[in-house]
Amino acid sequence: MSVRVQEVDFDPGRELDRLTRENTGIGGVTSFIGLVRDMAGDQPVSGMTLEHYPGMTEKMLERIEAEAHERWPLDASLIIHRVGPLEAGDRIVMVATASAHRQAAFESCHFLIDWLKTKAPFWKAERTSEGQELWVEARESDEEASERWNR
Amino acid sequence: MKLLYFAWLKNKLGADSEEVAPPEEVVDVASLLEWLHNQGPAYAEALGDRRRIRVAVNQEYARPDTPLSQGDEVALFPPVTGG
Repeated sequence: MSVRVQEVDFDPGRELDRLTRENTGIGGVTSFIGLVRDMAGDQPVSGMTLEHYPGMTEKMLERIEAEAHERWPLDASLIIHRVGPLEAGDRIVMVATASAHRQAAFESCHFLIDWLKTKAPFWKAERTSEGQELWVEARESDEEASERWNR
Repeated sequence: MKLLYFAWLKNKLGADSEEVAPPEEVVDVASLLEWLHNQGPAYAEALGDRRRIRVAVNQEYARPDTPLSQGDEVALFPPVTGG
């Protein structure tokens, strides 16, 4: 299990390699990578700044990850979330889960990103082409996506 | 008591944190928000719509009836938008 909150970029290939190396019991890995879009609705966006709550963010991510390990038979998992200024096309987040079988890997990866979006204290401010920063409003659809994992 | 503000709450209140000494009647999250709301026009505007505010006490999500004590770290922020 591993959680990282960092300003610098990451290399998804190397991260996946490191996640599964030396564990030949792993049969499948699922990963999700979130990127900065260049549009917000119909408005062009040049980038965004991500703010977080140091301490609570890491604690929530570790708790979400531990819950995934309780629900699915996982061999390894990883959550990386970037903070600070980002440009369109940049990687924001990576979630990866590894298990003996694909179903646990697929489901737990989906669960982690859905829960992270509604529970982990991060906030996005999108930068317009005029350089103005606008705080992104939470989406009802994200809350619904997270809710469906409730038992 | 230490208050932390994030995202647009930080912008509206012009600070990311402050130390406050609320009166005795502030016993939980709901009464803290009520008291803060009366601390000036910036607070009145930022805290006007409680549905847009989430609260964490000592880095755990809190509810209106979550009790508070003097040494607590209380964070106020909008619904999260990471991922």
